[in-house]
Amino acid sequence: MIPVSVTRDDVAHVARLARLAMSEQELDQMHGYFEAILEHFAKLAAVDTEGVEPTSHPLARANVTREDCVTEPMDRTKLLANAPLADGECFLVPQIMEDE
Amino acid sequence: MTTQPLIGLEVHAQLLTASKMFCGCPTEFGAPPNTQVCPICTAQPGALPVPNQRAVEMTILTGLALHCDIAPRSVFARKNYFYPDLTKNYQISQYEQPLCENGYVLIDTESGPKRIRVRRVHLEEDTGKNIHGGAGAASRIDFNRCGLPLMEIVSEPDLTSADECRAYLQKLQLILRWIGVCNGNMEEGSMRCEPTVNVIEVGGSAKTALVEIKNLASFRAVHQAVDYEILRHTRALLAGESTTRETRRWLAEGRTETMRSKEEAHDYRYFPEPDLMPLEVDEAMVTRIGADMPEGPDEVRERLIEQYELSSYDATVMTQSREFAAFFEAAAGAAEDPKAVANWMQGDFARLLNETGTPLAESKVSPAGLADLVRLIADGAISGKMAKTVFERMFETGKAPALIVDEEGMSQISDTSALEPVIDKAIADNPEAVENYRSGKKKALGALVGQIMKETKGQANPALVNELLVQRLGE
Amino acid sequence: MNDMADDIGLLNRPAHELAALIRSGEISAVAVTEASLARIEALNPTVKAFLTVTPDLALEAAKATDDALARGEELGPLAGVPIAIKDNLCVDGVLCTCASKILDGYRAVYDATVVERVKAVGMPIVGKTNLDEFAMGSSTENSAFFVTHNPWDLSKVPGGSSGGSAAAVAARMAPLALGSDTGGSIRQPASFCGITGLKTTYGRVSRYGLVGYGSSLDQVGALAADCVDAALLTAVIAGQDPRDTTSADVPVPDYVGELTGDVTGLRVGIVRELMGEGIDPEVRESVLTVARALEGMGASTGEASIPHIDYALPVYYLIGPAEASSNLARFDGMRYGHRTKERAADHIEMYSRTRAEGFGPEVKRRIMTGTYALSAGYYDAYYLKAQKVRTLLRLDVEAALGQFDVLLSPTTPLTAFGIGELVNDPIAMYMADICTFAANLAGVPGLSVPCGFTKAGLPIGAQFTGRAFEEGTILRVGDAYQRATSHHTSLPGLLGAGG
Repeated sequence: MIPVSVTRDDVAHVARLARLAMSEQELDQMHGYFEAILEHFAKLAAVDTEGVEPTSHPLARANVTREDCVTEPMDRTKLLANAPLADGECFLVPQIMEDE
Repeated sequence: MTTQPLIGLEVHAQLLTASKMFCGCPTEFGAPPNTQVCPICTAQPGALPVPNQRAVEMTILTGLALHCDIAPRSVFARKNYFYPDLTKNYQISQYEQPLCENGYVLIDTESGPKRIRVRRVHLEEDTGKNIHGGAGAASRIDFNRCGLPLMEIVSEPDLTSADECRAYLQKLQLILRWIGVCNGNMEEGSMRCEPTVNVIEVGGSAKTALVEIKNLASFRAVHQAVDYEILRHTRALLAGESTTRETRRWLAEGRTETMRSKEEAHDYRYFPEPDLMPLEVDEAMVTRIGADMPEGPDEVRERLIEQYELSSYDATVMTQSREFAAFFEAAAGAAEDPKAVANWMQGDFARLLNETGTPLAESKVSPAGLADLVRLIADGAISGKMAKTVFERMFETGKAPALIVDEEGMSQISDTSALEPVIDKAIADNPEAVENYRSGKKKALGALVGQIMKETKGQANPALVNELLVQRLGE
Repeated sequence: MNDMADDIGLLNRPAHELAALIRSGEISAVAVTEASLARIEALNPTVKAFLTVTPDLALEAAKATDDALARGEELGPLAGVPIAIKDNLCVDGVLCTCASKILDGYRAVYDATVVERVKAVGMPIVGKTNLDEFAMGSSTENSAFFVTHNPWDLSKVPGGSSGGSAAAVAARMAPLALGSDTGGSIRQPASFCGITGLKTTYGRVSRYGLVGYGSSLDQVGALAADCVDAALLTAVIAGQDPRDTTSADVPVPDYVGELTGDVTGLRVGIVRELMGEGIDPEVRESVLTVARALEGMGASTGEASIPHIDYALPVYYLIGPAEASSNLARFDGMRYGHRTKERAADHIEMYSRTRAEGFGPEVKRRIMTGTYALSAGYYDAYYLKAQKVRTLLRLDVEAALGQFDVLLSPTTPLTAFGIGELVNDPIAMYMADICTFAANLAGVPGLSVPCGFTKAGLPIGAQFTGRAFEEGTILRVGDAYQRATSHHTSLPGLLGAGG
């Protein structure tokens, strides 16, 4: 069943999942937007989709793979040139907690 | 209350492909950081994945080796979670439609063979590596490993002890190596294991909450951690304590600790990978891949028992790897004494390989060489003791045993006329031993044989010496 | 270098004429490219179509084309013709921002396949064009950097998300441009800017190097002065690419060869649901004149129906954002782009602040709804349901295209609206694309051609939708219409030439 409403806490939870920091005001605005767009989504409930296959791709192809061949890796200097922080060998990020 | 542990194992095995799962970067272990990367595996904007056909085939081959059903249609899915070692912040994996399902692995237990069901085998990509302890509390990230092809092999919770877990892992490692899809190296991380443990009340409804254990880098760690958790769960169950579903980490000091509880667990938001098309595997493809399937370790073991009349134990040792079994069969076929070949292989040969750290494939001893050696002993050309020396030379130089015997002048004296004077001398020199023997102390013969061997510098054929001595003393 | 008046006269010609002049040696590729760069310099401060201009890259390519001609080499049909590239396509070594702060300063490390192909046929790339951030929007107002103005009326939006590319071609700053279309992002701005825009069949053009928004919907395509130019550029970029597994292994036909001008016996279905309520009467009238013109040329018309089209908006706003929420996860400040300057306690906080600072409001809205639609407990109700309704919509379109050879409708319900008019009402903004969603959801090609002007002088676009891989057919219809009409040759007053 299609949910018809969403709480502000739900929105805050989604923001955490999406890794988007939000101020209280932004959460309020986002909540308002959710309520509005959900009205449109709710229209889908009226459509009978019993026995209908989902469309993941408009194109029907299968087994599109490549041979197990090695290609030239890219230049590390070029790769690291875009990095916000790097030490010439590795990307540097704040200390990672021992999660996962 | 009678309790019963239930353990399932999730094993990640890195496939032995030349290139990564979704790009052409090389897969060698130990390259300098970020030198085996490209726009695809570093998730540059706009880059798209293309699956490695060999990895798909290796997974199907594994499915067949594990007696799985191969899905006629399977899809890649995105597993969404944010982590610095995951460049796209989603992992391309398989979720609802894996490549292989419903198989099993046969393990040996004290009460006989046991079937451990395999729920699924699917294909996914590895993550990069965080190197902790950079300057200023920073983590350094190396993406060389990011995108390597991994199989995830998930068992049903059919394992009931740490020993069974070890047996299952060893068997799985044997099979994966046997079919050539994974090197099975746990220390390098090319095979990783995460057990899921809980304990239930037999005949009742009480049970502890499922716990997943991470950070296990060896068979030994898996064994210890599973033992630790079984004990912890059993105590909690008997004491009636409530437990929580969580992920725990194994610590080097020999215990586990909570990593995160289920409540804070990820919501992975799986959905079919829109950048990739489905995999469709028809009968013809399964047949073609299956044609590459070698006879499995269980089948070879049964056949060795049947064909070469090996004991169950010997047959197990001979099938410790595909190379070992092949070596045995090649040597046994030429030697006419399979049991002797098996003895050499698990004795001096195994010891020398182990001591020198030489893989069998790189050993200088050939199956024909070992067969020749066994034949020389059987023919009485050399003694068993001499053979040990000959084998050591063979292992060092790769020379044929007959050549070594020749070069070192080690041929055995099996000529009666040559031995008779020595025997006469020994009898003359040891009247006491002769007297003892004749009065019934059969052990006294040993002293006489000893002297004869000493006189001939060990070259006398001991069986012949024995026979001649008994004959002479009985006269 | 030629003076400005000559430049304008030169660049007012369609790309195929410019290419012919270059091939015949009447004018050099360098001169055409210089004219384009001069036009950009003159008009871009007003129109603001370009985020980055790449004169060195362009002139080097132009010179190479001239050299090739001097060596007597055979030149391709678009050799030497300058092209503008939407800033969500990678050009090696050139900034690629997607009009987002999160990619501020990012230089692409490789060429998109389409970029590789336009380079290979000797087309100088003059710059990267503005867009709605990550191609999410219908007005180019969602660009993090600035708003692009409609060359026909600078107070109006150029449409979006390929608004920069459309405005660049409309103002003839470049004879051709590449855009991308996920829900209408080529056709809608083409319509607003009075030019021709083709969204190809899903899989017709490689997506490798197109920064992904909705992977199962995105297509790269041409924005051009007319159908001949669109056909020529499509021929360059179309075709299977081993780097994109969703590209089709269907041979590329001779699109220009299909432009016969003959539409005799062609069945044109006018989409009933897109001709009624919500469609501006001026737009509707104009589209009906297209139908009458085609009838006059020997085509037959009838009423077609796409019953599920009412659901196109919710289906699109579930599938597009769901895929986007995942596609945009890689923008985290770890490997490239913006990283927060705030001290973060851990990587979670760093991600959250970086992304909060880097993404604009509309991108956040779509990441949020997409994340929600995929999250535990809602997947079946939202994402899966949308995929099933997508199937029904696809079957509707296929059925209509079984009955008719092409479908005709407005490209947009309204003509270009005022800058700032809809920015505070995102859902009203979404309505600007209600005529274009269906082609993306069904994966079929769609073409927008200019078909008239409102009393206020704003361009109106007609949309032809065709069967999968039958770009040739809709281009033929569009071309036949353009042979009979002159809307596509009208130029904005801003160009001074007065047409």
